[in-house]
Amino acid sequence: MTRHSAEARVPVLFVVPAGLGLAILLLPLAGLLARAPWNRLGEILGSDGVLTALRLSVLTATLATAICLVCGIPLAWLLARGSFPGRSLLRGLVTVPLVLPPVIGGIALLVAFGRGGTVGSWLESATGTTLPFTTAAVVIAQSFVAMPFLVIAVEGALRGADRRYEDVAATLGASPWTIFRRVTLPAVAPGVLSGAVLCWARALGEFGATITFAGSFPGITRTLPLEAYTAIGAGDAETAIVLSLLMIVVAVAVLALLRDRWLVRG
Amino acid sequence: MGVLQRPLPMSVHCKGAAALLAGAIVALGGAGCSGPDESDRVTVLAAASLTEPFTTLADEVSDDDEIALSFGASSALVEQLRAGARADVLATADTRTMAHAVDAGLVTGDPIVFARNSLVLAVPTGNPGSVSGLADLARDELRVALCEPQVPCGAAAEQMLATGGVDARPDTLEADARATAGKLALGEVDAALIYRTDVTSSMEIVDLPPDAVVVTEYLIAMVDGASNQRGAEDFITAVTGATGRRLLAEAGFETP
Repeated sequence: MTRHSAEARVPVLFVVPAGLGLAILLLPLAGLLARAPWNRLGEILGSDGVLTALRLSVLTATLATAICLVCGIPLAWLLARGSFPGRSLLRGLVTVPLVLPPVIGGIALLVAFGRGGTVGSWLESATGTTLPFTTAAVVIAQSFVAMPFLVIAVEGALRGADRRYEDVAATLGASPWTIFRRVTLPAVAPGVLSGAVLCWARALGEFGATITFAGSFPGITRTLPLEAYTAIGAGDAETAIVLSLLMIVVAVAVLALLRDRWLVRG
Repeated sequence: MGVLQRPLPMSVHCKGAAALLAGAIVALGGAGCSGPDESDRVTVLAAASLTEPFTTLADEVSDDDEIALSFGASSALVEQLRAGARADVLATADTRTMAHAVDAGLVTGDPIVFARNSLVLAVPTGNPGSVSGLADLARDELRVALCEPQVPCGAAAEQMLATGGVDARPDTLEADARATAGKLALGEVDAALIYRTDVTSSMEIVDLPPDAVVVTEYLIAMVDGASNQRGAEDFITAVTGATGRRLLAEAGFETP
């Protein structure tokens, strides 16, 4: 980083809008802290409803991240290294869930995988089971919204990696799979890790696609964000605030982890 | 879901970027902007099941966007008021939630009963799950949607199931009446306990014995400290008057 000898002078005009921007971003957080029922914190965090939702959230977000890693890394490799027609179109399609409102994703999942859906009706006649209202539906919804984060992070890392090592490994007779496992993957490991952390955090925070596609039932589909939404809908603001604080702590921890390890250098 | 089904008509009344920004900040608390027309606008918080009749009523009694409607679970609306949301009228889907608002001093005067609704056992057209009565809701293989017990439709459902002695096995507990009806409308569940008024052409009602029927009362009241008291009174008069009664009856409500 270059350092300027004199500090940049702040244009006076910027002070007010910048302050307003900060207020929009930070006042809601401050409001949560001000309204938090600190004396009941332990009691609420230890309640059955919250613990059940927490367990379900950690389980589903971890499963979704595993699915995203298994499917997302090969997908990222194809996008970064593959040469086939329609590659840039494919890359565009992969990023659609990033900009799509999650509830729309939920409707799409329901229409496709619901019992009346194209894939769903086939699934029901083939296996006798349906996906909506199951924990599997939560994992699918989370994978849908979180996978683009992993694919983009890994694809970026693959494009930035020095390919000469792979070329050398190839001339020494290594198979493509060995090259990927012993050379490429270690080289892009930081990108994979940061992508996985982002992916996990996004899956943990998933709400719209989940409530639309998977419904909301304690222990089966009601994850932390759904529990918070249910609490505020039922008039239990204290539980909703405590759950919000919990999610914020996780979000800040993720940011801190990424910042220290991979995002900012120097 | 969808607390704000009809956006507050804020930007049209706000002049200038500063007013927009200020409006955006105030809107986080649930109120309109501080534009010149503020005194004319009535903000109504209403139970999700009132979406159709209230939207039509607002269109009939005012020419432009003078009535801002916000729909959600009654319990969620009371919580919004408790958190400082600025509104003029509150309409809830049961007496319990309105009693919470009265006890917390969030509304003024005596709430008026303006409509009655009943909870029904509804199934998708064709009844794919062969549901014949309340007892079927205990069948494990059946997909069943109920409302969350803390919201009015969920409380009514609990009452109905307790009266019938049925230990239901729901697959999802939805956040408000409309969300529950939505899962049934898509055919994703085999049965749901929903309001009679939320039954659509893609559903059938399973007849229940008269003693199983649960009737809920809708109450309306002016919010304490309403900035547009006159408008609030006018809206309440419209709801309880001939126009309101006609529209509520058309939507399937019983009116007193």
